[in-house]
Amino acid sequence: MNLELLFNMVVPLTIAFVAVWGMARRVDVYDALVQGAGEGLGVLIKIVPAMVGLMTAVYMLRASGVLEVMGQSLAPVLTRLGVPPETVGLLMVRPVSGNAALGVGAELISTYGPDSVIGRTAAVMLGSTETTFYTVAVYFGAAGVNKTRYAVPAALCADVAAFLAAAWAVRVCFG
Amino acid sequence: MAMSVIWTGMVVVSVVWGLLAGNGPAVAAAAVEGAAAAVQLCLTMAGILCLWMGVMEVMKRSGLADRLSRLLRPVLCRLYPDFKGDRETMDAISANVSANLLGLGNAATPLGIRAAQRMAKRTPGVASDSMCMLVVCNTASIQLIPTTVASVRLAAGCRTPFDILPAVWLASAISVSVGILAAKLFSRVWKK
Repeated sequence: MNLELLFNMVVPLTIAFVAVWGMARRVDVYDALVQGAGEGLGVLIKIVPAMVGLMTAVYMLRASGVLEVMGQSLAPVLTRLGVPPETVGLLMVRPVSGNAALGVGAELISTYGPDSVIGRTAAVMLGSTETTFYTVAVYFGAAGVNKTRYAVPAALCADVAAFLAAAWAVRVCFG
Repeated sequence: MAMSVIWTGMVVVSVVWGLLAGNGPAVAAAAVEGAAAAVQLCLTMAGILCLWMGVMEVMKRSGLADRLSRLLRPVLCRLYPDFKGDRETMDAISANVSANLLGLGNAATPLGIRAAQRMAKRTPGVASDSMCMLVVCNTASIQLIPTTVASVRLAAGCRTPFDILPAVWLASAISVSVGILAAKLFSRVWKK
């Protein structure tokens, strides 16, 4: 079996495996599936308003031409690092807001095409990072910690690494 | 509140810059288009998102997540040597990691918080090395199948939305390794 087919089959194989595993463990598989899918709808309803707000702002930013100027001024540095300068907006919002990053990323993916280098890089960047500041705030807030020491710098190191690695991995995997 | 500042900033910058650069009409059109595009995107994402939430519910009920978390324990004991003997904290950490791997974000956060709270009891108000490690590991994405991104690609007309999986795994592995290394390195130089 070739590798490409295997990666395309990851999802259907996972679904089939989970279903068979669930049956073997005497779980009401279909009931669980439908209930979970229903919860998915709840998640979606929470995303829609945020996406409307953010996509509007991102579309306006792009139309105003300011993103291009920002990309151009950072282009020499980013290009040297192998990162497409068009992704500059994504780099900036990713650690701050998950929904904003999804909006910016979706705009990049649809504008440049999901199979373009920029579209793929944006997708891999989204898939290999988390909303750093939100996570830090939730965890330390819940644990009542004020002195966070080096957690934020270390987490940001991981974010920068993810951005660079995403651009590199797209070049490696898709030539 | 942070988001309000960011959003207002984005809108004001685009209006001012658009007028100065002579792109005013484009900005006006974009404001309407963006909102419509957002709803359309969410609708196209809906199917895959709901399907995956359903599959994840089956994973949870059938104990697949528990099984994975047991497999992860030995590795995690090395990352959190201070809590090796603390069974309950280690249980929470390994369940947190396995939920993150499977993309069960809603389940992962409370588990991680429980671990963080137990860790905080030893060093009230100050982040210990283990706690920094826990947070760093949770800020790096280790989700094996990034379905939200795949659904966005699908919505944009991609026929093979999951062909980015190897690249995502590669980038995630590098990012997590750098995060862990940075945390280990900083823990030597940062004062308690």
